[in-house]
Amino acid sequence: METGLTTNLHLLTPEFALTALAFLVFTVDLFLPERSKEWLAGLAAASLLVVIAVALLMRPEQSTELYGGLMVVDGFGLFFKVFFCAIGLGIIALSVEYGRDRLQHRGEFYGLLLFSIVGMNLLAMSRELLTAYISLELLSFSLYVMVAYGLREARSNEAGIKYIIIGALSSAIMLYGLSNIYAALGTTYFAEIAVDLSNPAAASPVLWVGIALLVVGLGFKLSAVPFHMWAPDAYEGAPLPVTAYLAIGSKAAAFALTLRLFAEAIVPAAARWDEWQLVIAVLAAITMLAGNLVALAQRNLKRLMAYSSIGHVGYALAGVAVLGSDFALAAKGVIFYLVVYAVTNLVVFAGITAYYNREGKDDIVDLSGMADRQPFVAAAIAIGLFSLAGLPIFAGFTAKFYLFAAVADGGMLWLAGVAIFTSLVSLYYYLQVMRQMYIERPAHAAGSSAADAHGSQDYGAHDSHDAAEPPVAPLQRPSILLTATMGVGLLVVVWLGIYPAPLLNLIETASAAILPLG
Amino acid sequence: MMANFDQVSLLLLVLVPLAGAVLTMFLPKDRPRDAWQFAIFVAAISFILSVAVFLRYDYAAGGVQFQRAYDWIGHPLNISLHFGLNGFGAPLVLLNGIVLLGAVLISQTITRRTRDFFVLLLALGAGVYGVFIVRDLFFLFFFYELAVLPMYLLIGVWGSSTDFGTFLRTKEYGAMKLMLVLVAGSVLIWIGILVLYVASSQAGSPTFNIDDLARMQQDGVLSRTLELWVFPLFAIGFGVLAGLWPFHTWSPDGHVAAPTGVSMLHAGVLMKLGAFGIIQVGMLLTPVGAEFWMPVLIGLGTVNVIYGAISALSQNDLKYVIGYSSVSHMGYVLMGIATLHPVGLAGAVLQMFSHGIMTALMFAMVGAIYERTHIRDTTVLNGLIKRMGTTTFFFAIAGLASLGLPGLSGFIAEFMVFTGAFRTYLPLAVLGVIGAAITAVYILRLLARSFFGEADPQWEHLTDASPVEKGVGGVFVLILIVVGVWPAPLLNVINTGVASALSVF
Repeated sequence: METGLTTNLHLLTPEFALTALAFLVFTVDLFLPERSKEWLAGLAAASLLVVIAVALLMRPEQSTELYGGLMVVDGFGLFFKVFFCAIGLGIIALSVEYGRDRLQHRGEFYGLLLFSIVGMNLLAMSRELLTAYISLELLSFSLYVMVAYGLREARSNEAGIKYIIIGALSSAIMLYGLSNIYAALGTTYFAEIAVDLSNPAAASPVLWVGIALLVVGLGFKLSAVPFHMWAPDAYEGAPLPVTAYLAIGSKAAAFALTLRLFAEAIVPAAARWDEWQLVIAVLAAITMLAGNLVALAQRNLKRLMAYSSIGHVGYALAGVAVLGSDFALAAKGVIFYLVVYAVTNLVVFAGITAYYNREGKDDIVDLSGMADRQPFVAAAIAIGLFSLAGLPIFAGFTAKFYLFAAVADGGMLWLAGVAIFTSLVSLYYYLQVMRQMYIERPAHAAGSSAADAHGSQDYGAHDSHDAAEPPVAPLQRPSILLTATMGVGLLVVVWLGIYPAPLLNLIETASAAILPLG
Repeated sequence: MMANFDQVSLLLLVLVPLAGAVLTMFLPKDRPRDAWQFAIFVAAISFILSVAVFLRYDYAAGGVQFQRAYDWIGHPLNISLHFGLNGFGAPLVLLNGIVLLGAVLISQTITRRTRDFFVLLLALGAGVYGVFIVRDLFFLFFFYELAVLPMYLLIGVWGSSTDFGTFLRTKEYGAMKLMLVLVAGSVLIWIGILVLYVASSQAGSPTFNIDDLARMQQDGVLSRTLELWVFPLFAIGFGVLAGLWPFHTWSPDGHVAAPTGVSMLHAGVLMKLGAFGIIQVGMLLTPVGAEFWMPVLIGLGTVNVIYGAISALSQNDLKYVIGYSSVSHMGYVLMGIATLHPVGLAGAVLQMFSHGIMTALMFAMVGAIYERTHIRDTTVLNGLIKRMGTTTFFFAIAGLASLGLPGLSGFIAEFMVFTGAFRTYLPLAVLGVIGAAITAVYILRLLARSFFGEADPQWEHLTDASPVEKGVGGVFVLILIVVGVWPAPLLNVINTGVASALSVF
């Protein structure tokens, strides 16, 4: 391993550029009057586009280590960089209209978003535990602040406090785990950990405690059950675009770390030590079961999405559990799932945001009659939810089929079975949302809403197509930006559902970069 | 020219309704009639295609025809969009073409969110076609789910609720129950598919291709134990959609809550997907398991026949009577499949076709009656023949076909099923015939009670079937009669499928 100062720092141009642009956003923010803050969203979006372009232009031909092996620039990192920046663009699109009167310090908000993306990018490149930890903290600290950004919203502040306390706790646990691993093995480099794990002499209680705590720390960041308690509260309290960001961005970043950590530190040692597979598999199974079952009881849309995202984390974890069997297939399955999950959730959250911007409500019952009032938004949410439930012709079906086939092929048919069963459970609560949007009439338009809700109307004489329905006032259309986000997202959801081969080829290249040699 | 057509005909079968669904989304929102007319146009093209495909199927040659594969996902899953039609698929493709067109025509009465309705209906049609014509398990499952997916909204938004006095069966209930039960069935199918995939992967050539998997089975790659527990996954998973007792309860509730056009498609073709799946996947890919479990399946099929008939007997709601009669008639299909006898299996497939037409016709006519009277209670309705003569005539023919009157399609199909069953499971065949007798009771009682006899003055204002309803009804009646007196064109095709399906036993 080379030592001394790194000479190939130019490989980090995208991250340096993004950091500089984040500072630029903060600086410009100081001089912009309140009404022109929207320009900062444009600036942040432009920054992300520039970074995507730079990253793609600098496409690495082979893996190059930086800082003596702390980080690596490779196909895997590139894929996730572009992915994270694209998520950032989506979140900006969600924030513009919402931020107008619901976010404080909008300028800083976009700056923080860029910082968090720097953290995610570094995370995907980390090859060493402390570097990964620092990158994760950069991401987390930006998120702590963003969660509490709701203007005049007590629950946003409450969520921020809960999130920061639990987040700090999990960071401490993880850090303690790292120190134990270091104490036991004398290294924090992924590759060296793999070598040491394969060595029978290295096994010691300290090491097991260290690895266990590391997994617990990751579990918190992934919101895997039983480390998920913070998620519903944080999701519910956070401003909607931040909820979306928590559900999409922070999950994807934590999985990028998990994938590289397992690929480089743990899978190569699988020959001697494969109990971890069962541990992760059980974690995945409880996560899917708990996430999806508790989601059944939710009344608030954001909490519902929180539990639903916990369920989806369980599916992706199931893929992680079989990384040791057929690595290429499992890794592709997980990454494909993450991309599909991100796009689909972005569509759903764009829809929820569009509705919230007009109605100011986010309980499930508040969606009643939405199909008449905002047909496009309702269709977007419906398609998104069908995709999350795993129905064709949408991306969720293809991604689930691919991932579960990988899990079954990896020798864990029971886990694939649990995953398929919990998908059925998830269909029930997604359909409840669908029911509000398409079947129920708006509570205030139906005259006697209470009677209506309890089904006491005369069903014998009426049915839907001849009952005279009270006219429903359509809402003002969603903003162009949100409409475009939903439109593009829907196209991608259908495209990936019908023809995912091009994306899978990209993912193939990305996962080949971290293919364990052992 | 025709050779070129054979190359793409199956792809077109799926693409036409799908493209139609997509284009319908862009029609103007405030002109419901345009959406209806456009849907008719699409359904008519798909109908012509289905007829052409059926006629072009060379039954002398048999086997899987019009094969065409498009690579979809490469190694290691090796999924390809592989089309191919066999002797089971061909008649069912034709059935779907007929019923889809009929259902679209009958849906003239949908005036609320018409555009959305036809988008979903055409998507459903595309899914049904897809299942009948693919040779890859991934896509079979893909299209299977696509056919189920629109049901929730189709029933929930456009359906109707039933008041039983003491309790309600709301459309939301019917839709949710249908969706969850069917998807629960797909859970089993999905697991079964994964098991077969894993087996092929362990054998060194991972694939989802049905024909490759069948070859693998014949090479003895699957262990007997594996087949014994995989076949029930398929039999129950697909059986749920076929109305297999005791997983049938979604079916009457779903059919009753659905709007007329959807009931037609659902009872007419969607339930056939389940029976088709048992044959195409269960019997073909796990024949050892099938042979072992068939005695159970025929037992359940017989329960279906009897239980469905008795339930129909005790219903007063016109639509529930037909809903339970569907459960009963699907029992004959299951019995026929489970005989594993050439005549019985051919009878089962013919019964699928025949029941598809007759039940669609019944639902269409019940829809016409309900549209005018807003009542489906058979104890209140009476003397409908006086004002609704044509409707009564059509309903009576469908009813007679369903009770197995010689000269109509139902007779031949049931006769063949019984022949197969008599040679294999004699006692159950006797019970099946008793079921047919009960069918005669409830159908004739229904006809006597609601259609014939004295009419109350309150029915004076009723109008007879509209031209569209007359057209659809007339054609369906014609098909019932033609198949009843000259079933050879269908049976020739079906028999090629039967021969190849039974060759592995």
